[in-house]
Formats: sequence, C-alpha cells, structure tokens
Amino acid sequence: MEYFVQQLINGVTLGSIYGLIAIGYTLVYGIVGMINFAHGDIFMVGAFVSLIVITALGLTASTGLGLTILALILVLVISMIVASVYGWTVERVAYRPLRGSFRLAPLITAIGMSIVLQNYVQISQGARVKPLQPIISGGHTIMRRVDANGEFLVQVSNMQIFIVVITFSLMVIFTLLIAKTPLGRAQRACEQDTKMAALSGINVDRTISLTFVLGAALAAVAGLMFLLYYGVIDFFIGFVAGVKAFTAAVLGGIGSLPGAMLGGLVIGLIETFWSAYFSIEYKDVAAFAMLALVLIFLPQGLLGKPEVEKV
Amino acid sequence: MVLRGPRTAAATLLADLVVTAVISLVIFGVMVGLRTETIPGGLKLVPRWSAALGLAAMVVAGRLMLHLIWWNRKPGARSAWSPAGMMPDWARNLKLSGRFVRPATLIFALVLPFLPFTDRYILDLSILVLTYVMLGWGLNIVVGLAGLLDLGYVAFYAVGAYSYALLAHYFGWSFWLCLPVSGILAAFWGIILGFPVLRLRGDYLAIVTLAFGEIIRIVLLNWYWFTGGPDGISGIPRPDFFGIVGFERGPGGFADTFGIEYSSLHRIVFLYFLILALALLTNFVTIRLRRLPIGRAWEALREDEIACRSLGLNTTTVKLSAFATGALFAGFAGAFFATRQGFISPESFTFTESALVLAIVVLGGMGSQMGVVIASVALIGGFEVFREFEQYRMLIFGLAMVLIMIWRPRGLIAGREPSIFFRTRKTISGALVSQGEGH
Repeated sequence: MEYFVQQLINGVTLGSIYGLIAIGYTLVYGIVGMINFAHGDIFMVGAFVSLIVITALGLTASTGLGLTILALILVLVISMIVASVYGWTVERVAYRPLRGSFRLAPLITAIGMSIVLQNYVQISQGARVKPLQPIISGGHTIMRRVDANGEFLVQVSNMQIFIVVITFSLMVIFTLLIAKTPLGRAQRACEQDTKMAALSGINVDRTISLTFVLGAALAAVAGLMFLLYYGVIDFFIGFVAGVKAFTAAVLGGIGSLPGAMLGGLVIGLIETFWSAYFSIEYKDVAAFAMLALVLIFLPQGLLGKPEVEKV
Repeated sequence: MVLRGPRTAAATLLADLVVTAVISLVIFGVMVGLRTETIPGGLKLVPRWSAALGLAAMVVAGRLMLHLIWWNRKPGARSAWSPAGMMPDWARNLKLSGRFVRPATLIFALVLPFLPFTDRYILDLSILVLTYVMLGWGLNIVVGLAGLLDLGYVAFYAVGAYSYALLAHYFGWSFWLCLPVSGILAAFWGIILGFPVLRLRGDYLAIVTLAFGEIIRIVLLNWYWFTGGPDGISGIPRPDFFGIVGFERGPGGFADTFGIEYSSLHRIVFLYFLILALALLTNFVTIRLRRLPIGRAWEALREDEIACRSLGLNTTTVKLSAFATGALFAGFAGAFFATRQGFISPESFTFTESALVLAIVVLGGMGSQMGVVIASVALIGGFEVFREFEQYRMLIFGLAMVLIMIWRPRGLIAGREPSIFFRTRKTISGALVSQGEGH
C-alpha cells in the first residue's frame, strides 16, 4: 500500500511533465493537422537553456528558499523566451513554406528539424550527460510503516510539490488564455476552419506562429521540470519524451487541452507503475505499446471528438 | 498589410535584417555562446561569444543574400512553365537523356569492380551505397507506391539481420539457406505489425510504425541471454561462393578451385555482386508488380483510399501486401548486412537509420526508382565527403532534408510515370498530380 502511494506520487509528477509537452502537440495538431516532430527537441532545448542559466546564476542547494524561487522564476522566463524563439523559427523555416503542400511534407521536414536540433545541441553543448546538483531539497513524510523488513517511508519532496503546483497553475492560466482572450478565440477559430477564419479577418499565419510559440514555451517549462526532477539531461532526451507526450496527447484526445493533461497523467502513471512492478528496462516499451494500443482501439482519445472523414 | 506610410525598400530591408539579427542572437547566444563543461563537483560555463556572434552574422548575411538575389528575381523568371509539357526545360532535357541514363547506370554498376581505379575503399563504399539503394527501393514500395508513411522500416532490416545471425549462431545454418528465411521472417513480422495499424491515417500510421521500430530495438537491447543485448552478436559467418567453396586462401578455396591467383578482394567483389543482384531483384519485382492488379491497387490506394474502398478493394489486404513486400526486401538486405559486417548490435538499427532510408526515398522523389539511386549516391557519398567533419554530418544531413523538401517538395525526380497508358507513355510533372496522402 505504502509502496503504491509512493509510486502514485512519482507518477503524478512525471505525468505533469508529459502533460506540459503534450499541450504543444495537441495545439499544433488541432490547428494545422500535423505532428510537430521537433517538439520533443524544443523541450530538450528548453532543458539545456535552463541548465545554462542555472549554472550562470550559480544556484545551489545552499541558496536560501526565497532567493531560489525568485531565481527559478527568472530561469523559467528566460528559457521560455529562448524556446519560444526556437519554436517560432522552426515553424517559420520548416513548416510555413510547405503549408498547402501534400500532407506528409511537413512531417518530413519536422523529422529533419528534429535531427538538426539534436545534432546542433550535441555539437554546441557536447554529447556527454550533463548533471545538475539538486537545487530544491527536503520533503515531507506523509506515511510510514515499520515491519519486519524495516521502515518504509512515503515521501513527497518539495521538488515534486513545486513541479505539480507550477504545472497546474500554468494549466489554469493557459485554459483561461484559450477560453477568454482574443488570441484564444482566433486560435479556436483557425482550428475549426482556417479558410473561414481568414475570411473573417483573422491573421491565420500569425495565429499559427503564436500557437507554436505557446507550445514551445510550455515545453521549456517541462524542460526545466525534467532537469530539476531527474538532475541529468543530454541531447537525446527529446526523442523519447516527445513520443511519450505525443501518446499522451492522442490518449487524451488530440486537440483537447484538458485531454492532453489527463493523457499526460495517465502515461506518467503507467510508466511509473510499470517500472515499479514489472521491469524498468521495458518502461519505454510500455509507453510505445500504449501508443499503438490507443491509436488502434481509441483513436479519438478519452476527451476528443470522433473525426468524420469527408470526401 | 497595414499601411504605415511610405517606407523605402531600404528601410524595410534594414528592419528585416535587424529582426533577423535579434532572433539569431537569441538562438545562438545561449546555446552556442555558453558551453557547459563538467568539472568535479558540478558544471562550469565556458563562454564562446565569438562563435555565437559569427553564426548570427552568417545568418544575417544569408538573409541579405536571399533578399538581394533570390527574392529579387524578375517575376517572369518563374513562369518557365510551358503548357506543352508542364515541365521546366531542364527537366525535359533530363527526361530525354533519361532513356540512356538507366542502361548506362546499370552497365557502370556491372563493370565497376573491374575498372582500373577501383580499390577496396571504393568497393566498400559502393556496397554501402547499394545496400541503401536496396533499402530505398524496398521502402519505395510502401511509401512511394502504396503511400503509407513507414517510420519504422529499419525494424524489418533488424529482423532480417538478427534472423540470419541467430540462426547461424544457434543452429549453424548457412547464409544461402538463411537469406530466404530472413526475408520471410521479416515479411511475417511486417504482417503481424501491419495488421492492427493499417486502419490508421497517414501520420498516425507513421508514429505507430516508429513506435514498433523502437519496441523491436529495445527488445533486442534487453533480451540479453538470447540476442546478446548491447554487445550484439559477433562471428557471424561470411558467405561462401553459393555454398560450393569458401573464399579462404589455400587449397579448396575459391581462387584454388577456379585456378586464379588468390586475392582478398575476391570476397568483396562477390559481396558487391550479391548486393547488386539483390537490389536489382527488388527493382525488378517492383516494376513487375506495378503492372499487376496488386501494384495498381497500391497506386490507387495512394491516390484515394475512399475511392478504392467504394470500388470494392479490400484496403487491408492491399496495404498488408505492400507492407509485407517492403519488409521482405528489408529482411534480405538485413541478412546481407549481417553477413557483410560479421557483427551486429542494436546500435545499427536506430531511428536515425529509418529516417535516412526515408530521406532517400522522399528526396529522390516518391515512387521514382532512379531517384532512389541518385539520392543514395548523393547522401551516402556526401557522408563520405564530410567524413572529416564527423560530428557535423548529421547536422548537415538534417538541414539538407529540410531545404530539399522546401525547394522541391516532391523530390528530385518529381515526374510520375503512369503504369497504364494510352498508345504513348507520357510522363506528367509531379506538380500536376494530387499526391496521395496515405490515409
């Protein structure tokens, strides 16, 4: 039981990270109908920018709590800005010229962009794994059990609280942004019918660019969380995390924001429980198999609308 | 665009360049400008501002050149499209010479090992290129003809390679027995993996095939007692001369039996002809299949799946047959790869490999057999040219993939050759055909 609760907590933390990345996939798929294959690598760029800024600020575990939080907000803002510029550029360079081309063309440039970003980071930052000392330490014990095997503690670390709180507040801000602001309205209009949106005076190109920017900014947040949670990153983390987050987006129902978050949580939980109870070597197999199963049996996802194909 | 009063061309250009400069500084400033180095007890930053500034300056200069040269062309220059052939002149000239290109390429490939300048290095490189040509042709059946985007093609290549390696390792089967078995096993896996996923639309299908490719690789990596895990399988037997004689030195060897002087090149030349024959077999089967009802069904499926279904084609069978045929040739290529290398490990079957084969098919022009050859020579040859810049070559490869796609979205050879025609065969420019979307 205690073990289960501990894994549940870990799974929710991991799931929030996947959910943040999944939002980027879901928004882009909703509006332009393509899988932004380079999104996972934008997440990786976000993690690297966070690492660089944290190192530049000289943050360590001994920094005071208030100062740490201020500094982390600064890190967050910088890495969101830089990742947004990356997301914008990728869209501008690789996807916009191919709008209106055949459907698989942007998917292929997306794969090309993903290769470019991975190798660019590998060259500029080195291929080695980058470690980061834990910055937020400490935690709370919420359950304990003493038996013949010794003591088992269920702990929630401050880091996990930080991750979940930031994720859910961003999620709320984001839902409000899509529901209430003119940008959100334009975004939803483009999602329903690009041509009609353009006819009613919406700048479609700008809306699509902004969608990429928003997705990239959230991916950067996920990058920082991943860095803080695991403490190690390398140039290849974007690939697997990207596929898992895409699974989350599909599972939740592609195009649906709460769906992406829900899908992220489910994928995070499945991965954590799989590693805890079955085998840690095959945890990626679990995620990939989940992707195949969802696409085959539940292609419209948990919260999505079934898609009707028209001639 | 909102009118903001008169603005000279120079001012617009300047503003554009300033924006470009700011964006490229943000992009390169952090990532290139500050490099993290691992030191005992943490990380330190090594500033490299000059590199970042240099890259940003290059981007701005490139943008300026684009403005001055590329976007400044006279509008007339683009309308080189004549209604007659709907093809630019150079493409028509290429088409005319195309009649001679194919036989010439084939003859060149046949005599290459006997040319005076051919040495071990060129032969090895040619074998590598031909392996990719074969993989490209195999994938072309799936992507180019049937219009199914397969991002996990390398999985079948891996199945073929591991089938031969494991059968030879555990049962001592010979290469000539294993070659067909590998192909059949790969096709079998193609059917097993294809069966559940082929209902999916284009991009979903792409992602699921990617997932399957990764699953097979991870299983190979972790199934330690059977596949050797990350250590791979070594000591895979080399092929002999059709099971008659081996290529060893001394009595009973190839050179001794045929009464010629021993040379270590014999084996390489034999491998070269083996892969050439396998590749040509792939090409021949593809060309013949295109004329059969099944090949026509593939192409029809690529163009419009709904129309196919309403005409009574069983789309699942059609897709499965394309998937299995493509996998079959990947299996052959895999067995060849295993016997040539003598060692295989999951390292050789990563997603990058799938992306490379896909890039060959797409950049060459989907459905074009000659395009695959050109793209393989260009990409694999390009890799060799950039050998000194080992770490930059994947970067350049990715950039090339993006740029060629933007420049010619339908690949280098974009013409479509109809498989059924009235009196004369007319090639139509790819720009006039609505591309099947593989859904």
